[in-house]
Amino acid sequence: MSSYLELTARQRIPAVFDPGSFEEFLPPSARVASPHLAQLDSPVSFDDGVVVGRARLGGHTVFGAAQEGGFMGGAVGEVHGAKLVGMLRRAIDERAHAVLLLLESGGVRLHEANAGLIAVSEVMRAMLDVRAAGIPVIAVVGGANGCFGGMGIAARCANTVIMSEEGRLAMSGPEVIETASGVEEFDSRDRALVWRTTGGKHRYLLGDCQMLVADEAQAFRDAALAAIAAIRDPRLTLDELLAEQAMLTRRLDSTAGLQEPMDIWKGLGIDDPARVPMLDADAFLQLAAQHRAGVATGER
Amino acid sequence: MDWQTVAGQLFPQGHDIVEHDNFLSGSAQVAGQEVAIIGTTGHTPIGIEIALAQAKAVLTTVQQHPGRPILILVDTQGQRLRHRDEMLGINSYMAHLGKCIDLARRQGHTVIGLVYDQALSGGFITSGLIASACYALPQATIRVMGLPAMARITKVAEERLTELAKDNPVFAPGPENYLRMGGLHGIWADDLAGQLARALAQANQDDQRMALGQERGGRLLAQPVVDAIRTGSDVRPA
Repeated sequence: MSSYLELTARQRIPAVFDPGSFEEFLPPSARVASPHLAQLDSPVSFDDGVVVGRARLGGHTVFGAAQEGGFMGGAVGEVHGAKLVGMLRRAIDERAHAVLLLLESGGVRLHEANAGLIAVSEVMRAMLDVRAAGIPVIAVVGGANGCFGGMGIAARCANTVIMSEEGRLAMSGPEVIETASGVEEFDSRDRALVWRTTGGKHRYLLGDCQMLVADEAQAFRDAALAAIAAIRDPRLTLDELLAEQAMLTRRLDSTAGLQEPMDIWKGLGIDDPARVPMLDADAFLQLAAQHRAGVATGER
Repeated sequence: MDWQTVAGQLFPQGHDIVEHDNFLSGSAQVAGQEVAIIGTTGHTPIGIEIALAQAKAVLTTVQQHPGRPILILVDTQGQRLRHRDEMLGINSYMAHLGKCIDLARRQGHTVIGLVYDQALSGGFITSGLIASACYALPQATIRVMGLPAMARITKVAEERLTELAKDNPVFAPGPENYLRMGGLHGIWADDLAGQLARALAQANQDDQRMALGQERGGRLLAQPVVDAIRTGSDVRPA
Protein backbone atom coordinates (compact mmCIF):
# COMPACT_ATOMS: atom_id res chain seq x y z
CA MET A 1 0.00 0.00 0.00
CA SER A 2 1.54 3.31 -0.98
CA SER A 3 0.46 6.55 0.63
CA TYR A 4 -0.83 8.93 -2.05
CA LEU A 5 -0.07 11.92 0.18
CA GLU A 6 3.63 11.09 0.31
CA LEU A 7 4.05 10.71 -3.46
CA THR A 8 5.31 13.48 -5.70
CA ALA A 9 3.24 14.61 -8.67
CA ARG A 10 5.40 12.52 -11.02
CA GLN A 11 4.99 9.45 -8.81
CA ARG A 12 1.23 9.89 -8.59
CA ILE A 13 0.70 9.76 -12.35
CA PRO A 14 1.81 6.13 -12.92
CA ALA A 15 0.20 5.12 -9.60
CA VAL A 16 -3.23 6.42 -10.65
CA PHE A 17 -3.29 6.13 -14.47
CA ASP A 18 -2.62 2.88 -16.35
CA PRO A 19 1.13 2.27 -15.87
CA GLY A 20 3.31 3.34 -18.79
CA SER A 21 0.45 5.05 -20.62
CA PHE A 22 1.19 8.68 -19.82
CA GLU A 23 2.47 11.05 -22.52
CA GLU A 24 3.49 14.41 -21.13
CA PHE A 25 2.78 17.70 -22.89
CA LEU A 26 5.62 20.23 -22.56
CA PRO A 27 7.78 17.97 -20.40
CA PRO A 28 10.70 19.40 -18.37
CA SER A 29 13.00 18.80 -21.35
CA ALA A 30 11.03 21.50 -23.21
CA ARG A 31 12.32 23.95 -20.57
CA VAL A 32 9.15 26.01 -20.34
CA ALA A 33 9.55 27.73 -16.98
CA SER A 34 8.04 30.80 -15.35
CA PRO A 35 9.31 34.03 -16.91
CA HIS A 36 8.63 35.96 -13.68
CA LEU A 37 10.57 34.20 -10.93
CA ALA A 38 14.16 35.02 -11.92
CA GLN A 39 13.81 38.72 -11.22
CA LEU A 40 12.70 37.83 -7.67
CA ASP A 41 15.70 35.52 -7.26
CA SER A 42 13.31 32.61 -6.91
CA PRO A 43 14.32 29.27 -8.41
CA VAL A 44 12.32 28.04 -11.39
CA SER A 45 11.16 24.54 -12.19
CA PHE A 46 11.28 23.19 -15.73
CA ASP A 47 7.69 22.01 -15.44
CA ASP A 48 6.54 25.07 -13.45
CA GLY A 49 5.12 22.76 -10.82
CA VAL A 50 2.58 20.88 -12.91
CA VAL A 51 2.63 17.76 -15.08
CA VAL A 52 0.01 17.67 -17.85
CA GLY A 53 -0.69 15.11 -20.52
CA ARG A 54 -2.68 12.27 -21.99
CA ALA A 55 -2.88 8.79 -20.56
CA ARG A 56 -5.12 5.79 -20.30
CA LEU A 57 -7.26 4.92 -17.33
CA GLY A 58 -8.98 1.57 -17.36
CA GLY A 59 -8.13 1.44 -21.07
CA HIS A 60 -9.85 4.73 -21.93
CA THR A 61 -8.05 7.87 -23.08
CA VAL A 62 -8.13 10.17 -20.09
CA PHE A 63 -6.33 13.51 -20.00
CA GLY A 64 -4.77 14.54 -16.73
CA ALA A 65 -2.65 16.80 -14.61
CA ALA A 66 -0.78 16.57 -11.35
CA GLN A 67 0.28 19.64 -9.39
CA GLU A 68 3.58 19.38 -7.49
CA GLY A 69 3.17 20.63 -3.93
CA GLY A 70 6.93 20.56 -3.50
CA PHE A 71 7.38 23.49 -5.89
CA MET A 72 5.96 26.70 -4.41
CA GLY A 73 3.13 24.73 -2.81
CA GLY A 74 1.65 23.88 -6.20
CA ALA A 75 0.69 27.51 -6.66
CA VAL A 76 -0.56 28.68 -10.05
CA GLY A 77 1.50 31.12 -12.12
CA GLU A 78 1.24 32.13 -15.78
CA VAL A 79 2.85 29.00 -17.26
CA HIS A 80 1.41 26.56 -14.71
CA GLY A 81 -2.10 27.84 -15.42
CA ALA A 82 -1.58 27.89 -19.19
CA LYS A 83 -0.39 24.26 -19.12
CA LEU A 84 -3.62 23.26 -17.38
CA VAL A 85 -5.70 25.28 -19.85
CA GLY A 86 -3.82 23.86 -22.85
CA MET A 87 -4.38 20.29 -21.62
CA LEU A 88 -8.09 20.98 -20.98
CA ARG A 89 -8.58 22.47 -24.47
CA ARG A 90 -6.73 19.58 -26.07
CA ALA A 91 -8.94 17.15 -24.16
CA ILE A 92 -11.87 18.76 -25.99
CA ASP A 93 -10.02 18.74 -29.35
CA GLU A 94 -9.37 15.01 -29.02
CA ARG A 95 -12.75 14.07 -27.49
CA ALA A 96 -11.20 12.63 -24.32
CA HIS A 97 -13.16 10.05 -22.32
CA ALA A 98 -12.56 12.11 -19.17
CA VAL A 99 -10.17 14.52 -17.45
CA LEU A 100 -8.59 13.66 -14.10
CA LEU A 101 -6.95 16.45 -12.11
CA LEU A 102 -4.64 15.52 -9.23
CA LEU A 103 -4.79 18.84 -7.40
CA GLU A 104 -2.41 20.11 -4.75
CA SER A 105 -2.17 23.88 -4.61
CA GLY A 106 -2.13 26.93 -2.39
CA GLY A 107 -3.95 28.80 -5.16
CA VAL A 108 -2.59 31.90 -6.88
CA ARG A 109 1.23 32.15 -6.90
CA LEU A 110 1.87 35.49 -5.26
CA HIS A 111 5.21 35.97 -7.06
CA GLU A 112 3.17 36.49 -10.22
CA ALA A 113 -0.01 37.58 -8.55
CA ASN A 114 -2.01 39.18 -11.36
CA ALA A 115 -1.04 36.55 -13.92
CA GLY A 116 -1.89 33.80 -11.43
CA LEU A 117 -5.30 35.23 -10.59
CA ILE A 118 -6.29 35.55 -14.24
CA ALA A 119 -4.84 32.09 -14.93
CA VAL A 120 -6.93 30.41 -12.21
CA SER A 121 -10.09 31.96 -13.66
CA GLU A 122 -9.03 30.66 -17.09
CA VAL A 123 -8.58 27.18 -15.61
CA MET A 124 -12.09 27.32 -14.13
CA ARG A 125 -13.59 28.38 -17.43
CA ALA A 126 -11.63 25.74 -19.33
CA MET A 127 -12.83 23.03 -16.89
CA LEU A 128 -16.40 24.12 -17.48
CA ASP A 129 -15.75 24.14 -21.26
CA VAL A 130 -14.65 20.50 -20.95
CA ARG A 131 -17.83 19.62 -19.08
CA ALA A 132 -19.92 21.53 -21.65
CA ALA A 133 -18.29 19.39 -24.35
CA GLY A 134 -19.74 16.33 -22.60
CA ILE A 135 -16.47 15.20 -20.99
CA PRO A 136 -16.44 14.41 -17.24
CA VAL A 137 -13.92 16.25 -15.05
CA ILE A 138 -12.80 14.59 -11.83
CA ALA A 139 -10.73 16.35 -9.14
CA VAL A 140 -8.61 14.51 -6.60
CA VAL A 141 -7.51 16.22 -3.38
CA GLY A 142 -5.13 14.19 -1.23
CA GLY A 143 -1.77 15.98 -1.16
CA ALA A 144 0.04 17.36 1.88
CA ASN A 145 -0.52 20.97 0.81
CA GLY A 146 -4.28 20.57 0.35
CA CYS A 147 -6.21 22.53 -2.24
CA PHE A 148 -6.75 26.17 -1.39
CA GLY A 149 -7.48 29.59 -2.80
CA GLY A 150 -8.65 29.76 -6.38
CA MET A 151 -7.85 26.08 -6.89
CA GLY A 152 -10.22 25.26 -4.01
CA ILE A 153 -12.91 26.98 -6.08
CA ALA A 154 -11.76 25.28 -9.28
CA ALA A 155 -11.97 21.85 -7.62
CA ARG A 156 -15.67 22.47 -7.02
CA CYS A 157 -16.18 23.12 -10.74
CA ALA A 158 -15.43 19.44 -11.38
CA ASN A 159 -18.21 16.85 -11.66
CA THR A 160 -16.81 14.85 -8.77
CA VAL A 161 -14.33 15.63 -6.00
CA ILE A 162 -12.48 12.65 -4.49
CA MET A 163 -10.68 13.24 -1.18
CA SER A 164 -8.81 11.34 1.47
CA GLU A 165 -9.29 12.13 5.13
CA GLU A 166 -5.86 13.76 5.05
CA GLY A 167 -6.75 15.97 2.09
CA ARG A 168 -7.84 19.51 2.82
CA LEU A 169 -10.15 21.60 0.67
CA ALA A 170 -10.96 25.22 1.46
CA MET A 171 -10.35 28.76 0.31
CA SER A 172 -8.21 30.86 2.68
CA GLY A 173 -5.66 28.89 4.66
CA PRO A 174 -5.84 28.91 8.49
CA GLU A 175 -2.67 31.02 8.71
CA VAL A 176 -4.18 33.67 6.45
CA ILE A 177 -7.32 33.84 8.58
CA GLU A 178 -5.36 33.93 11.80
CA THR A 179 -3.20 36.77 10.44
CA ALA A 180 -6.23 38.74 9.26
CA SER A 181 -8.72 38.08 12.04
CA GLY A 182 -6.73 36.90 15.05
CA VAL A 183 -5.87 33.63 16.76
CA GLU A 184 -9.22 33.56 18.57
CA GLU A 185 -10.92 33.45 15.13
CA PHE A 186 -8.88 30.50 13.85
CA ASP A 187 -5.90 29.01 15.67
CA SER A 188 -3.81 27.70 12.79
CA ARG A 189 -1.62 25.66 15.17
CA ASP A 190 -4.62 23.64 16.35
CA ARG A 191 -4.10 20.92 13.75
CA ALA A 192 -7.13 18.92 14.88
CA LEU A 193 -9.37 21.97 14.38
CA VAL A 194 -7.78 22.63 10.99
CA TRP A 195 -8.61 19.07 9.89
CA ARG A 196 -12.13 19.17 11.33
CA THR A 197 -12.70 22.42 9.41
CA THR A 198 -11.11 21.64 6.03
CA GLY A 199 -10.39 17.89 5.97
CA GLY A 200 -11.91 15.20 3.80
CA LYS A 201 -14.34 13.78 6.37
CA HIS A 202 -15.95 17.15 7.06
CA ARG A 203 -16.16 17.94 3.37
CA TYR A 204 -17.74 14.54 2.71
CA LEU A 205 -20.30 14.97 5.48
CA LEU A 206 -21.27 18.41 4.16
CA GLY A 207 -21.51 17.23 0.54
CA ASP A 208 -18.53 19.21 -0.81
CA CYS A 209 -16.77 16.06 -1.88
CA GLN A 210 -18.59 13.14 -3.37
CA MET A 211 -16.15 10.31 -2.60
CA LEU A 212 -13.86 9.69 0.34
CA VAL A 213 -11.08 7.11 0.19
CA ALA A 214 -8.19 5.90 2.31
CA ASP A 215 -4.83 7.55 1.64
CA GLU A 216 -3.70 4.97 -0.92
CA ALA A 217 -2.89 5.56 -4.58
CA GLN A 218 -4.85 2.45 -5.57
CA ALA A 219 -7.93 3.71 -3.72
CA PHE A 220 -7.81 7.01 -5.60
CA ARG A 221 -7.42 5.13 -8.89
CA ASP A 222 -10.39 2.87 -8.14
CA ALA A 223 -12.49 5.86 -7.07
CA ALA A 224 -11.60 7.79 -10.24
CA LEU A 225 -12.64 4.83 -12.40
CA ALA A 226 -15.91 4.51 -10.49
CA ALA A 227 -16.58 8.25 -10.62
CA ILE A 228 -16.11 8.44 -14.38
CA ALA A 229 -18.30 5.37 -14.94
CA ALA A 230 -21.08 6.83 -12.77
CA ILE A 231 -21.40 10.13 -14.66
CA ARG A 232 -24.08 9.99 -17.32
CA ASP A 233 -24.15 13.64 -18.39
CA PRO A 234 -21.24 15.79 -17.24
CA ARG A 235 -22.72 19.04 -18.51
CA LEU A 236 -23.75 21.72 -16.06
CA THR A 237 -27.53 22.11 -16.00
CA LEU A 238 -29.99 24.53 -14.48
CA ASP A 239 -31.52 21.68 -12.46
CA GLU A 240 -28.15 20.75 -10.99
CA LEU A 241 -27.45 24.36 -10.00
CA LEU A 242 -30.92 24.79 -8.50
CA ALA A 243 -30.26 21.65 -6.43
CA GLU A 244 -26.89 23.03 -5.37
CA GLN A 245 -28.49 26.36 -4.48
CA ALA A 246 -30.96 24.48 -2.28
CA MET A 247 -28.20 22.42 -0.66
CA LEU A 248 -26.06 25.48 0.12
CA THR A 249 -29.10 27.37 1.46
CA ARG A 250 -30.06 24.42 3.72
CA ARG A 251 -26.47 24.30 4.96
CA LEU A 252 -26.61 27.96 5.98
CA ASP A 253 -30.02 27.58 7.63
CA SER A 254 -29.22 24.39 9.52
CA THR A 255 -25.91 25.62 10.94
CA ALA A 256 -27.00 29.06 12.18
CA GLY A 257 -24.85 30.06 15.14
CA LEU A 258 -22.57 26.99 15.00
CA GLN A 259 -18.81 27.56 15.23
CA GLU A 260 -17.45 24.05 15.69
CA PRO A 261 -17.48 21.37 12.97
CA MET A 262 -18.37 18.69 15.56
CA ASP A 263 -21.59 20.58 16.33
CA ILE A 264 -22.47 20.41 12.64
CA TRP A 265 -21.85 16.64 12.64
CA LYS A 266 -24.06 16.36 15.71
CA GLY A 267 -26.71 18.32 13.84
CA LEU A 268 -26.48 15.72 11.07
CA GLY A 269 -27.43 13.10 13.66
CA ILE A 270 -24.01 11.75 14.63
CA ASP A 271 -24.39 11.09 18.37
CA ASP A 272 -20.71 10.94 19.23
CA PRO A 273 -18.98 13.39 16.85
CA ALA A 274 -15.69 13.25 18.78
CA ARG A 275 -15.32 9.70 17.42
CA VAL A 276 -15.37 10.80 13.78
CA PRO A 277 -11.69 11.81 13.46
CA MET A 278 -10.64 8.45 14.95
CA LEU A 279 -12.47 6.25 12.41
CA ASP A 280 -10.70 4.65 9.48
CA ALA A 281 -12.12 5.31 6.00
CA ASP A 282 -14.37 2.22 5.89
CA ALA A 283 -15.84 2.72 9.35
CA PHE A 284 -16.33 6.39 8.64
CA LEU A 285 -18.12 5.72 5.35
CA GLN A 286 -20.50 3.32 7.12
CA LEU A 287 -21.34 5.95 9.69
CA ALA A 288 -21.57 8.74 7.12
CA ALA A 289 -23.96 6.79 4.91
CA GLN A 290 -26.80 7.43 7.35
CA HIS A 291 -25.98 11.05 8.13
CA ARG A 292 -24.34 12.71 5.15
CA ALA A 293 -25.92 15.98 4.00
CA GLY A 294 -26.77 17.17 0.62
CA VAL A 295 -26.94 16.59 -3.02
CA ALA A 296 -23.95 15.14 -4.79
CA THR A 297 -23.71 17.45 -7.77
CA GLY A 298 -22.58 15.79 -10.93
CA GLU A 299 -23.04 12.30 -9.53
CA ARG A 300 -26.30 11.63 -11.28
CA MET B 1 -17.24 55.86 -6.75
CA ASP B 2 -20.56 55.01 -5.08
CA TRP B 3 -22.88 52.70 -6.93
CA GLN B 4 -25.68 55.25 -7.28
CA THR B 5 -23.39 57.59 -9.23
CA VAL B 6 -22.16 54.77 -11.45
CA ALA B 7 -25.70 53.50 -12.04
CA GLY B 8 -26.83 57.02 -12.89
CA GLN B 9 -24.15 57.27 -15.58
CA LEU B 10 -24.68 53.72 -16.88
CA PHE B 11 -28.46 54.07 -17.07
CA PRO B 12 -29.42 57.67 -17.84
CA GLN B 13 -32.99 56.51 -18.53
CA GLY B 14 -33.28 55.15 -15.00
CA HIS B 15 -33.01 51.85 -13.17
CA ASP B 16 -34.60 50.01 -10.26
CA ILE B 17 -31.44 48.72 -8.53
CA VAL B 18 -31.83 48.23 -4.79
CA GLU B 19 -29.20 47.67 -2.12
CA HIS B 20 -29.72 45.11 0.61
CA ASP B 21 -26.85 44.35 3.02
CA ASN B 22 -24.29 45.44 0.39
CA PHE B 23 -25.95 43.21 -2.24
CA LEU B 24 -27.20 45.00 -5.36
CA SER B 25 -29.91 43.76 -7.70
CA GLY B 26 -32.28 45.24 -10.22
CA SER B 27 -32.76 45.97 -13.87
CA ALA B 28 -32.44 48.81 -16.36
CA GLN B 29 -32.73 49.60 -20.06
CA VAL B 30 -29.60 49.67 -22.21
CA ALA B 31 -30.05 50.67 -25.85
CA GLY B 32 -33.66 49.56 -25.78
CA GLN B 33 -32.84 46.23 -24.15
CA GLU B 34 -33.63 45.10 -20.59
CA VAL B 35 -30.50 44.23 -18.59
CA ALA B 36 -30.29 42.50 -15.19
CA ILE B 37 -27.90 44.03 -12.66
CA ILE B 38 -26.27 42.00 -9.88
CA GLY B 39 -23.45 43.17 -7.66
CA THR B 40 -21.96 44.24 -4.39
CA THR B 41 -21.01 47.54 -2.78
CA GLY B 42 -19.29 49.04 0.26
CA HIS B 43 -16.10 47.04 -0.50
CA THR B 44 -17.95 44.21 1.20
CA PRO B 45 -16.08 40.99 1.82
CA ILE B 46 -17.64 38.13 -0.13
CA GLY B 47 -18.88 35.69 2.47
CA ILE B 48 -21.09 32.68 1.95
CA GLU B 49 -24.39 34.60 2.26
CA ILE B 50 -23.66 37.26 -0.34
CA ALA B 51 -22.13 34.71 -2.74
CA LEU B 52 -25.34 32.71 -2.45
CA ALA B 53 -27.53 35.81 -2.90
CA GLN B 54 -25.72 36.68 -6.13
CA ALA B 55 -25.99 33.10 -7.38
CA LYS B 56 -29.72 33.11 -6.68
CA ALA B 57 -30.17 36.34 -8.62
CA VAL B 58 -28.33 34.83 -11.60
CA LEU B 59 -30.44 31.65 -11.50
CA THR B 60 -33.66 33.68 -11.20
CA THR B 61 -32.65 35.69 -14.27
CA VAL B 62 -31.95 32.48 -16.21
CA GLN B 63 -35.33 31.04 -15.18
CA GLN B 64 -37.53 34.10 -15.57
CA HIS B 65 -35.82 36.13 -18.29
CA PRO B 66 -34.07 33.79 -20.72
CA GLY B 67 -31.36 35.56 -22.69
CA ARG B 68 -31.48 38.81 -20.72
CA PRO B 69 -27.94 40.27 -20.48
CA ILE B 70 -26.44 40.50 -17.00
CA LEU B 71 -24.19 43.27 -15.69
CA ILE B 72 -22.13 42.39 -12.61
CA LEU B 73 -21.10 45.45 -10.58
CA VAL B 74 -17.94 44.56 -8.67
CA ASP B 75 -16.86 46.21 -5.42
CA THR B 76 -15.30 43.90 -2.85
CA GLN B 77 -12.26 43.69 -0.61
CA GLY B 78 -12.06 39.95 -1.40
CA GLN B 79 -13.33 36.78 0.20
CA ARG B 80 -14.37 36.99 3.87
CA LEU B 81 -11.59 35.71 6.13
CA ARG B 82 -13.57 33.88 8.82
CA HIS B 83 -13.43 30.41 10.29
CA ARG B 84 -17.18 29.91 9.83
CA ASP B 85 -17.00 30.69 6.11
CA GLU B 86 -14.23 28.12 5.70
CA MET B 87 -16.02 25.56 7.87
CA LEU B 88 -19.13 25.82 5.69
CA GLY B 89 -17.11 25.58 2.48
CA ILE B 90 -16.84 29.13 1.12
CA ASN B 91 -14.97 27.69 -1.89
CA SER B 92 -18.14 25.76 -2.75
CA TYR B 93 -20.27 28.90 -2.47
CA MET B 94 -17.84 30.80 -4.70
CA ALA B 95 -17.70 27.93 -7.19
CA HIS B 96 -21.50 27.79 -7.19
CA LEU B 97 -21.67 31.49 -8.09
CA GLY B 98 -19.09 30.99 -10.83
CA LYS B 99 -20.99 28.01 -12.24
CA CYS B 100 -24.27 29.95 -12.22
CA ILE B 101 -22.64 32.76 -14.25
CA ASP B 102 -21.08 30.19 -16.57
CA LEU B 103 -24.45 28.51 -17.13
CA ALA B 104 -26.07 31.88 -17.85
CA ARG B 105 -23.37 32.64 -20.44
CA ARG B 106 -23.84 29.28 -22.12
CA GLN B 107 -27.60 29.73 -22.22
CA GLY B 108 -27.20 32.94 -24.20
CA HIS B 109 -27.03 35.60 -21.51
CA THR B 110 -24.20 38.00 -22.27
CA VAL B 111 -22.50 38.66 -18.92
CA ILE B 112 -20.43 41.82 -18.49
CA GLY B 113 -18.37 42.55 -15.36
CA LEU B 114 -17.60 46.12 -14.31
CA VAL B 115 -15.14 46.87 -11.51
CA TYR B 116 -16.44 50.27 -10.41
CA ASP B 117 -14.51 50.45 -7.12
CA GLN B 118 -12.46 47.54 -5.69
CA ALA B 119 -11.78 44.01 -6.86
CA LEU B 120 -9.60 41.66 -4.88
CA SER B 121 -8.63 38.07 -5.50
CA GLY B 122 -11.29 35.66 -4.24
CA GLY B 123 -14.14 38.11 -4.60
CA PHE B 124 -13.22 38.80 -8.22
CA ILE B 125 -12.44 35.36 -9.54
CA THR B 126 -16.06 34.15 -9.62
CA SER B 127 -17.61 37.48 -10.61
CA GLY B 128 -15.89 39.75 -13.14
CA LEU B 129 -13.28 37.18 -14.12
CA ILE B 130 -15.86 34.59 -15.16
CA ALA B 131 -18.01 37.02 -17.18
CA SER B 132 -18.03 37.11 -20.99
CA ALA B 133 -15.93 40.27 -20.69
CA CYS B 134 -14.78 42.44 -17.80
CA TYR B 135 -14.17 46.19 -17.70
CA ALA B 136 -13.12 48.68 -15.03
CA LEU B 137 -13.35 52.37 -14.27
CA PRO B 138 -9.93 54.09 -14.37
CA GLN B 139 -9.87 54.83 -10.63
CA ALA B 140 -10.73 51.24 -9.66
CA THR B 141 -8.45 49.19 -7.42
CA ILE B 142 -7.72 45.69 -8.68
CA ARG B 143 -5.23 43.39 -7.03
CA VAL B 144 -4.53 40.05 -5.43
CA MET B 145 -3.03 41.65 -2.35
CA GLY B 146 -1.07 44.75 -1.39
CA LEU B 147 2.68 44.90 -1.96
CA PRO B 148 3.52 44.87 1.81
CA ALA B 149 1.66 41.59 2.33
CA MET B 150 3.12 40.19 -0.88
CA ALA B 151 6.61 41.11 0.35
CA ARG B 152 5.99 39.21 3.61
CA ILE B 153 4.81 36.06 1.88
CA THR B 154 7.28 35.99 -1.01
CA LYS B 155 10.16 37.16 1.24
CA VAL B 156 11.15 39.70 -1.39
CA ALA B 157 11.84 43.22 -0.07
CA GLU B 158 8.92 45.60 -0.53
CA GLU B 159 11.22 48.22 -2.11
CA ARG B 160 12.26 45.64 -4.68
CA LEU B 161 8.65 44.74 -5.46
CA THR B 162 7.71 48.42 -5.74
CA GLU B 163 10.60 48.97 -8.16
CA LEU B 164 9.69 45.91 -10.26
CA ALA B 165 6.03 46.86 -10.22
CA LYS B 166 6.80 50.08 -12.13
CA ASP B 167 7.20 48.36 -15.46
CA ASN B 168 6.02 44.82 -14.84
CA PRO B 169 2.27 44.37 -14.84
CA VAL B 170 2.54 41.01 -13.12
CA PHE B 171 2.83 42.38 -9.55
CA ALA B 172 1.38 45.83 -9.54
CA PRO B 173 -2.22 46.60 -8.67
CA GLY B 174 -4.41 48.70 -10.92
CA PRO B 175 -6.66 48.38 -13.93
CA GLU B 176 -3.95 49.30 -16.49
CA ASN B 177 -1.96 46.24 -15.46
CA TYR B 178 -4.97 43.94 -15.68
CA LEU B 179 -5.70 45.45 -19.08
CA ARG B 180 -2.17 44.67 -20.32
CA MET B 181 -2.45 41.10 -19.06
CA GLY B 182 -5.78 40.56 -20.79
CA GLY B 183 -7.73 40.25 -17.53
CA LEU B 184 -9.75 43.30 -18.49
CA HIS B 185 -11.19 43.90 -21.93
CA GLY B 186 -11.12 47.65 -21.49
CA ILE B 187 -11.19 50.67 -19.18
CA TRP B 188 -14.18 52.99 -19.35
CA ALA B 189 -13.04 56.59 -18.87
CA ASP B 190 -16.30 58.24 -19.92
CA ASP B 191 -19.66 57.71 -21.66
CA LEU B 192 -20.46 54.70 -19.46
CA ALA B 193 -23.87 54.19 -21.09
CA GLY B 194 -22.37 54.05 -24.58
CA GLN B 195 -19.49 51.83 -23.41
CA LEU B 196 -21.91 49.34 -21.85
CA ALA B 197 -24.08 49.22 -24.97
CA ARG B 198 -20.98 48.57 -27.11
CA ALA B 199 -19.68 45.93 -24.68
CA LEU B 200 -23.00 44.08 -24.82
CA ALA B 201 -22.99 44.20 -28.61
CA GLN B 202 -19.37 43.01 -28.91
CA ALA B 203 -19.24 40.30 -26.25
CA ASN B 204 -17.86 36.98 -27.38
CA GLN B 205 -18.47 33.57 -25.83
CA ASP B 206 -14.87 32.41 -26.07
CA ASP B 207 -12.27 33.15 -23.43
CA GLN B 208 -9.92 35.49 -25.34
CA ARG B 209 -7.93 36.79 -22.41
CA MET B 210 -4.66 34.99 -23.16
CA ALA B 211 -4.65 36.31 -26.72
CA LEU B 212 -5.38 39.81 -25.42
CA GLY B 213 -2.56 39.52 -22.87
CA GLN B 214 -0.13 38.49 -25.60
CA GLU B 215 -1.29 41.22 -28.00
CA ARG B 216 -0.92 43.87 -25.30
CA GLY B 217 2.48 42.60 -24.15
CA GLY B 218 1.48 41.87 -20.54
CA ARG B 219 1.34 38.07 -20.64
CA LEU B 220 3.65 36.73 -23.30
CA LEU B 221 3.89 33.02 -22.48
CA ALA B 222 0.36 31.87 -21.67
CA GLN B 223 -1.01 31.78 -25.23
CA PRO B 224 2.13 30.17 -26.74
CA VAL B 225 2.03 27.46 -24.04
CA VAL B 226 -1.60 26.66 -24.84
CA ASP B 227 -0.86 26.66 -28.58
CA ALA B 228 2.16 24.36 -28.15
CA ILE B 229 0.10 21.88 -26.17
CA ARG B 230 -2.82 21.91 -28.58
CA THR B 231 -0.67 21.46 -31.67
CA GLY B 232 1.18 18.66 -29.92
CA SER B 233 4.61 19.53 -31.28
CA ASP B 234 6.19 18.84 -27.93
CA VAL B 235 4.57 15.59 -26.92
CA ARG B 236 7.17 13.12 -25.77
CA PRO B 237 6.89 10.05 -23.61
CA ALA B 238 7.33 10.89 -19.93
